Amino acid sequence: MNDLATYNFAYLDEQTKRMIRRAILKAIAIPGYQVPFASREMPMPYGWGTGGVQVTASILGPEDVLKVIDQGADDTTNAVSIRAFFQKVANVAVTTRTKEATIIQTRHRIPEEKLSEGQTLVYQVPIPEPLRFLEPRETETRKMHALEEYGLMHVKLYEDIARNGHIATTYAYPVKVEGRYVMDPSPTPKFDNPKMHMSEALQLFGAGREKRIYAVPPYTDVVSLDFDDHPFEIQSFDKPCALCGAEDVYLDEVILDDKGGRMFVCSDTDHCEDRRACGHAGHMLARKEAAE
Amino acid sequence: MSTLPLLKVNDVSKFYGSRIGCRNVSFELYAGEVLAIVGESGSGKTTLLSCLSTRLMPTSGIVEYHMRDGQYRDLARMGEAERRFLMRTDWGFVHQNPADGLRMTVSAGANVGERLMAVGDRHYGNIRATASDWLQRVEIGVDRIDDQPRAFSGGMRQRLQIARNLVTSPRLVFMDEPTGGLDVSVQARLLDLVRGLVHDLGLAAIIVTHDLAVARLLSHRMMVMKDGAVIEQGLTDRVLDDPREPYTQLLVSSILQV
Ligand SMILES: Nc1ncnc2c1ncn2[C@@H]1O[C@H](COP(=O)(O)OP(=O)(O)OP(=O)(O)O)[C@@H](O)[C@H]1O
Ligand SMILES: [Mg+2]
Ligand SMILES: [Zn+2]
Repeated sequence: MNDLATYNFAYLDEQTKRMIRRAILKAIAIPGYQVPFASREMPMPYGWGTGGVQVTASILGPEDVLKVIDQGADDTTNAVSIRAFFQKVANVAVTTRTKEATIIQTRHRIPEEKLSEGQTLVYQVPIPEPLRFLEPRETETRKMHALEEYGLMHVKLYEDIARNGHIATTYAYPVKVEGRYVMDPSPTPKFDNPKMHMSEALQLFGAGREKRIYAVPPYTDVVSLDFDDHPFEIQSFDKPCALCGAEDVYLDEVILDDKGGRMFVCSDTDHCEDRRACGHAGHMLARKEAAE
Repeated sequence: MSTLPLLKVNDVSKFYGSRIGCRNVSFELYAGEVLAIVGESGSGKTTLLSCLSTRLMPTSGIVEYHMRDGQYRDLARMGEAERRFLMRTDWGFVHQNPADGLRMTVSAGANVGERLMAVGDRHYGNIRATASDWLQRVEIGVDRIDDQPRAFSGGMRQRLQIARNLVTSPRLVFMDEPTGGLDVSVQARLLDLVRGLVHDLGLAAIIVTHDLAVARLLSHRMMVMKDGAVIEQGLTDRVLDDPREPYTQLLVSSILQV
């Protein structure tokens, strides 16, 4: 355990944490605005969410309880190693249960369980700039944000409809925050967009490679962009979760065998387990129990 | 039609360090009027056009625009947000190279619709209908609405660029060598189209060209530039048929010989 002593609490030195906290405060003060920060090298590759890790490291205290999810699950490689990292460098309590966590670091999902005041959701963001796909020049995108010139966002949605007959964007679906800044919610499914709106929890976004932090403070308006005649809609699923029977949740497809057998289950594993513990059962579970 | 000029240009000069871009240019442009700026390469045509359209800041002099609210505004003193708004609503800018004025990786329909969306149009069906209408007006088949300009010929691209600019019903359009890189037959068709649109829409336009035939066909008035200065200006027919300055005479005769 000697090597622990060589790390500062939560890995980053206090100087760096202060710098990142200043960026976070600024981001909270200007909801949806991307604040540049001096991103540090972390002992993991960029694709692993170094932006989110730096944000978490800067806000983490010894009393915090940390949950880490990737695609909604606590047990994927990425989630497991980030959780282990913070256990090692901060010795904080960890959990898989949404309601017990004070800080939840995520890639791809917002938990199904409604977050509450005092909780902070930290997103790992690969590409923070929503205008990037049509305007590669950074100087120009900054100007567009400053002058609130967001026509391009609708050009993208127009293209979507022209090509597919409907808005086919399902991930990283752009939103307008507090009536001002257009923001990329990172690669979460648009299913989760409504959860960002008026959330009681603080939402922080960290992009390591692109060196940007942005935020949605609690109780902030978050509106998904759309057209009057093609209004924003979330994905809907034909069947409830095969394991817990939940409806109105985001489902992942699971392949059961090589004969085309498959089922749809909650992507939020904690939510699914919680429901099953409370006695809910989907058709796969009911069938298994009947067989036993 | 208003009797007040749309654009008032007073003693505009632009220096690139010690090199003259254009100097001491003054004129007024009225609504619905088409002005051609002609002159040999390096005479300052593009520099002047850039100063008028706020793409460049003049070193000295004032350019004032008659806003829709009836007020004159000094363009150099306008805030950037307002200036950019003006540029994409009340003005158009047609580049010589269509790739500079188009988004090459989005469809023709979105290229035309972009300005509408920029000013807050949020009805897909209406945007598409307006885009279709404009494609027809610039003689592009409506069946090409979902194609990207990358798949268009040079002439089609230029017509698309024009549609993209005119969709918000601007009052003033700047064009820098709009027929520049095109074949002669394609040029003729484009010129006919531009002439028809300018006439039908009552547009004011400032067209830079080194081609006197373009000036003859499109413009009511023309200015001849040499070494950054306007050396002669007047009604187009008068200047071309009865040039007063020796340099203009040379220019006209050399063209006629070609
Ligand atoms: N960015 C610049 N920096 C320095 N000098 C410039 C710049 N742009 C133009 N000039 C100079 O200003 C003068 C006018 O150039 P301008 O491009 O306005 O001419 P033009 O009439 O448009 O020519 P062309 O017909 O070749 O397009 C020339 O001497 C040119 O070399
Ligand atoms: Mg030029
Ligand atoms: Zn479930």
